[in-house]
Amino acid sequence: MRDQAELPTDAELIDRLRNRDEDAFALVLDAWSGGMARVARSIVSTHASADEVVQDAWLAVVQGIGRFEGRSSLKTWVYRILVNTAKRRAMREGRQVSWSPVAGEDDSPTVDPARFGGPGDRFPGHWLAFPAPWPSPEQDMLAGEVQAHVEVALAELPDRQRVVITLRDVEGYSADEVSSILQISAANQRVLLHRARALVRGKLEEYFVASAATDVGTEARP
Amino acid sequence: MTDLNCDQLVELVTDYLDGALDEETERRVADHLVGCDGCTTYVQQIRRTITTLGSAPPADVELSDEARDALLAAFREPPR
Repeated sequence: MRDQAELPTDAELIDRLRNRDEDAFALVLDAWSGGMARVARSIVSTHASADEVVQDAWLAVVQGIGRFEGRSSLKTWVYRILVNTAKRRAMREGRQVSWSPVAGEDDSPTVDPARFGGPGDRFPGHWLAFPAPWPSPEQDMLAGEVQAHVEVALAELPDRQRVVITLRDVEGYSADEVSSILQISAANQRVLLHRARALVRGKLEEYFVASAATDVGTEARP
Repeated sequence: MTDLNCDQLVELVTDYLDGALDEETERRVADHLVGCDGCTTYVQQIRRTITTLGSAPPADVELSDEARDALLAAFREPPR
């Protein structure tokens, strides 16, 4: 691991990059390339092409830094270039990545309606059975396995949802930053995030329910 | 004004956590959560999902040394 040194302020970084200060470029290169690779992987099909996307994006940054107007943070601007580079690459690979809403994708329930009471039930619209509690993170001896299930769940998400949840929850960008990077509305960003989180939660629930069942079996043995 | 049902609340969780609901709806969500263990658990699990996503190990690849050197060289002498 290269050291993740504390980065200077945006104003200082931009100034130094424009003056071709190689140390400043090395700082952002080392600080951001890993996260950029993760985001690129959420858009293009292979790790190898994601790595190329990261490099192409940095080349575009090198060429474009003189034109950067500072209307967003430097990192947001770099990530916007990254996302656009990745989208072009994905299209060349025959994947269609569109950020506009897809009919039917955005309005169906995110939790199986069968889990709630119907019109004939005593409490329509309320949980028939509450979601089972999960083991606390401290109790959870299999954190690596949980992470592996999250990775699988991410891979199974529709493209747009995967990109949004990767930026928001994996990389930790704010709602405003993600809207700005992807150039989508705040509402659209939230709809995609909501569906993605509900799907990943559902996968974790399946995993925890299945492993609780296994635990009971294990404990029952003498 | 009617109370929220659980199947309505679960669709408001992301807006709720982002502070994006109008004041009235936010109050209805908070009121519902006080009285509903099922939805309280659901919201906790969404929060847990978020922290789990955020604690993913860093991407297992950094730039290769060759790529890093090539980019630094491009930075020194940007294409005209």
